[in-house]
Amino acid sequence: MKQNKKSSGGLGQYFKQMKTANKVDYATYLGVILAFVIVSVCQSQGMLNRSMTGMLVPICCYVCMAVSLNLTVGILGELSLGHAGFMSVGAFTGIIASMSLQSSIPNPVVRLVISLVLGALLAAVVGVIVGVPVLRLRGDYLAIVTLAFGEIIKELINCLLVGYDKNGLHIALNIDGTKTVQSLGLREDGFAIIKGAQGAAGNERIASFTAGFVLVMITLIVVLNLVRSRAGRAIMGLRDNRIAAESVGINITKYKLMAFVISAALAGAAGALFGLNYSSITAAQFDFNTSILVLVYVVLGGLGNIWGSVVAATVLYVLPEALREFSDYRMLVYAIVLILVMLATNNPVLRGYFGRLTEKFHRQPQAAAQKGGVGHE
Amino acid sequence: MKKSRILSLALAGALSFSMLAGCGGGEGGTANTPSGNSSTPAGSEETTPVSGGSASGTFKLGVIGPLTGGAAIYGTNVLNAAQIAVDEINELGGAVQFELISADDVHDPETSVNAYNNLMDQGMQILVGTVTSGPALSVVPLAYEDRVFTVTPSASGDDVIEGNDNVFQVCFTDSNQGSRSAQYIDEHFEDVKIAIIYKNDDPYSQGIRDNFAAEAETRGMEIVYEGTFNESTQTDFNNQLTSAQSAGADMIFLPIYYTPASVILTQANAMGYEPTFFGVDGMDGILTVPGFDTTLAEGVYLLTPFSADAEDEATQNFVSEYKSRHNDEIPNQFAADAYDAVYIVYEAIQAAGVTADMSNEEICDALIAAMGDLSVVGLTSAGSEMTWDDNGAVSKDPTAVVIEGGTYVTP
Repeated sequence: MKQNKKSSGGLGQYFKQMKTANKVDYATYLGVILAFVIVSVCQSQGMLNRSMTGMLVPICCYVCMAVSLNLTVGILGELSLGHAGFMSVGAFTGIIASMSLQSSIPNPVVRLVISLVLGALLAAVVGVIVGVPVLRLRGDYLAIVTLAFGEIIKELINCLLVGYDKNGLHIALNIDGTKTVQSLGLREDGFAIIKGAQGAAGNERIASFTAGFVLVMITLIVVLNLVRSRAGRAIMGLRDNRIAAESVGINITKYKLMAFVISAALAGAAGALFGLNYSSITAAQFDFNTSILVLVYVVLGGLGNIWGSVVAATVLYVLPEALREFSDYRMLVYAIVLILVMLATNNPVLRGYFGRLTEKFHRQPQAAAQKGGVGHE
Repeated sequence: MKKSRILSLALAGALSFSMLAGCGGGEGGTANTPSGNSSTPAGSEETTPVSGGSASGTFKLGVIGPLTGGAAIYGTNVLNAAQIAVDEINELGGAVQFELISADDVHDPETSVNAYNNLMDQGMQILVGTVTSGPALSVVPLAYEDRVFTVTPSASGDDVIEGNDNVFQVCFTDSNQGSRSAQYIDEHFEDVKIAIIYKNDDPYSQGIRDNFAAEAETRGMEIVYEGTFNESTQTDFNNQLTSAQSAGADMIFLPIYYTPASVILTQANAMGYEPTFFGVDGMDGILTVPGFDTTLAEGVYLLTPFSADAEDEATQNFVSEYKSRHNDEIPNQFAADAYDAVYIVYEAIQAAGVTADMSNEEICDALIAAMGDLSVVGLTSAGSEMTWDDNGAVSKDPTAVVIEGGTYVTP
């Protein structure tokens, strides 16, 4: 009561009554917006060097990847090792869309949005196709199948030949290794978009940091709202105890699929943005290692911890570049840093230390709250 | 509840700190560059790019290549050789001096873009790179936009130079390598049955294979088997080798890098299969694979413009200098390409008469104009003169060598 009187403002009161989880969510949004504003200001003042500027879009992509994978791994509790597969689907869909719409929609922003949406849609469709049979599996088996899925996507795109001319898209699958771009039968004015293993080269780079920021915000809004919703509670329920969840009538397949497909769609959008940020993309870039890389972001950021994923993806993407001074020992130092972070975050002594710190910080207001706060919760 | 407030504070703090840290780096970066950039307006008053003016100044050359990882031999060879060339040029004491800066790209397009941006922050004026084709496809369009004059020692992809007027190759394009290999085999081996084993997720390998197959078809050569592999299956080739053997192939064409090639040679030997192996420039380096029995490489042919045992003086000097600097390691073709690349840049600068205080765009345009008439004799041109077409593709004589007694010998 005392406390409520002290801060009699309506907003303050609203903030006090808000749940902890909501506060963290808003803080996450705020942090991302703040980071965007600061970076944008730095950029406009010319304070950002080229290395940093060049990394902004990939950072946004990896943040989306990490957050969306966190939905599968942290919230749904299923280990997926094929997240790069969805990214790949999104990237190549985005590139095909962007390249083939080049003449009909000259505005790059509109084209970028269309490409992202299409990338997300196709990745979602693939997510459903993969998810329906795969989500019947549990634990290690699911991990193995998703791993295989990522590799299948890679191999398929390695065989994929796509070209575009006035008649529309020409698509061929080079399964036996005998077809080349010539077998697409493109007209004079046509051009090849995806050349099998050689990937897509000569793409127009239309991705921008602003688009990346918007995508990160959309990803956060979708994931955080899902998690705090009824569906989200059901998803977490079946993560924590599947049998109990089933016994209270939660439709396991439905909720599992929901989380998995949303995760895939967001990864597809991130992939599309990623693909449109580079002038050449090959399927081999989205291999098992990329999936693991994103998984590392998620694990080090904390399973189920969305803002942790955001921070981890940002820091761990910048780190190898920041370590360039170590030249040949760069990746060695990177690995050591990863191990140290892992040890530090799990170290009971350090945890206790931080715990005491926060306690100290809290003691006074908490005492006040205990005195006056009766009907608080 | 209270805890969350701290949490949100910490989060916002951490995020803005990480971003600010980036800004801090930025300030450092821009603080460094003015030495190169801000002098531009002052210097460029008198220097409208006039062809034939006197070239002078210290130019910053950037090398981007795989200095670590699976293709590291290429990157380190290029860097070492470029350093030798730069030192030689600086020792001449002429008006044109070079400063070499380098960045590792781990043979990854994404990292390569970061490496390029890093070098641009350091004030790179001319790019000697990238070493490999995949990364080049991502970096070259950026260099085109920034108007950075680019000579790539060894990125042989056709798309690397296509449509980019600022990019020139020292090596043959993939299409040339494929068709030249077919031509060489057709002319030097009679009635061979050829098997091809290539890596179908690698643009380089796929590109050469496509052109080889096309040329072989027009020449009526017999390809009895084609096997593929990819990044994740490049440790076991027993399937492909057995199929090639049962198809009766007596020559295996390997348009692949040396690491999987060493595995193929080892496994073919283990199963007692002894065809003639024919590689292209990616095979260069096979003799330096750690743990590989180099006697297995005896009799392997490869299409390469450079062999370290060539008699001419330039090659001998280069090889002995390289060996003395790097523990008796024998430089490969990539090293020779890079050495030539630096000298090509040097010659072009002399011909164009550019000065180091010009902007990148002025340097680039002047050098592009100069490249049209430039002809350079280098380590990799087998005595002929290298010239470049408008596209940036080099024209020089191809040569093949065979490995005998642990070195390359001209057959």
